[in-house]
Amino acid sequence: MTAPEAPTADLVPALAREEAGDPFTVGGETFTSRLLLGTGGVPSLEALEASVRASGTQLVTVALRRVEASAGGAMMAVLDRCGVRLLPNTAGCRTAREAVRTARLAREAFDTNWVKLEVIGDEHTLLPDAVELLDAAEQLVAEGFVVLAYTTDDPVLGRRLADAGCAAVMPLGSPIGSGLGIRNPHNIALLREAVSVPVVLDAGIGTASDAAQAMELGCDAVLLASAVTRARDPERMALAMRQAVEGGRQAKLAGRIPRRWHAEASTSFAGLPEL
Amino acid sequence: MQVTVNGVPAELAEDVTVADLVAARVGGHDRVAVARNGDVVPRSSWGQARLADGDALEVLAPTAGG
Repeated sequence: MTAPEAPTADLVPALAREEAGDPFTVGGETFTSRLLLGTGGVPSLEALEASVRASGTQLVTVALRRVEASAGGAMMAVLDRCGVRLLPNTAGCRTAREAVRTARLAREAFDTNWVKLEVIGDEHTLLPDAVELLDAAEQLVAEGFVVLAYTTDDPVLGRRLADAGCAAVMPLGSPIGSGLGIRNPHNIALLREAVSVPVVLDAGIGTASDAAQAMELGCDAVLLASAVTRARDPERMALAMRQAVEGGRQAKLAGRIPRRWHAEASTSFAGLPEL
Repeated sequence: MQVTVNGVPAELAEDVTVADLVAARVGGHDRVAVARNGDVVPRSSWGQARLADGDALEVLAPTAGG
């Protein structure tokens, strides 16, 4: 007796075809992965490489710090080896002036005009400062940057950022590193409706179901860092996030059933015997 | 010549360029960016950019970030 053929044998190439046929385009570049990975909080270079590979990500965020506090060349060697595109951030900036200057420095260091624009208004919540954020976005777009703006889940601010020329709007699900998931799913869905540029759920993801929910709400991609880098097993969580993003995307495309107050039998009552 | 480098006061000889400073602080130049008094000094001009008394310099390099 032979063992039945594993059902996954031709599912993987089928999924690969699905991915290839459903690309994610931002800033004029096309990606097959809809998962952006942040490197912040990574416990080791080995964990970083394993996580990047397991996640399938093609776009990875990095930061600039004073050279004494930097990670040195080893981290960049890992990212170069993985063949990912770099997305420098402006983490830690509190004003438009600081963020614009940081973006210019990042462009020089990383040789890319892409920037994850982050302007923080409060050190406890790390919530974006809307006024400074929009100011910085306008300046950077004028200087030719491809701006992916980390923002609140406010659809009106999202629209203002898109109108300012941002390549993507990246609303938080909940505060950075909190792992609280998506606190206001309705706002995320409204924001998705409000803009025509890609919407990337950024910040607050705690576990795989949060990433799937973001995609089900219509987000084009998910950016997460801590959920992977601070997980007990970063590599396994990176794989879980990849699968969750893919699953959530497929569910969104497939179209979920409506929610009903009462049951709706899936087995027909027609032909039910009297016993 | 008195300058600050990454927030720390430093006494430097006259006629020091940004390229000299980077070589002394970092060694390799790969993926390093320098700001002088807040403005980027483009890599292409490091060799010509002479430091001046009172300059505030930031020498930055990649690190992990979300």
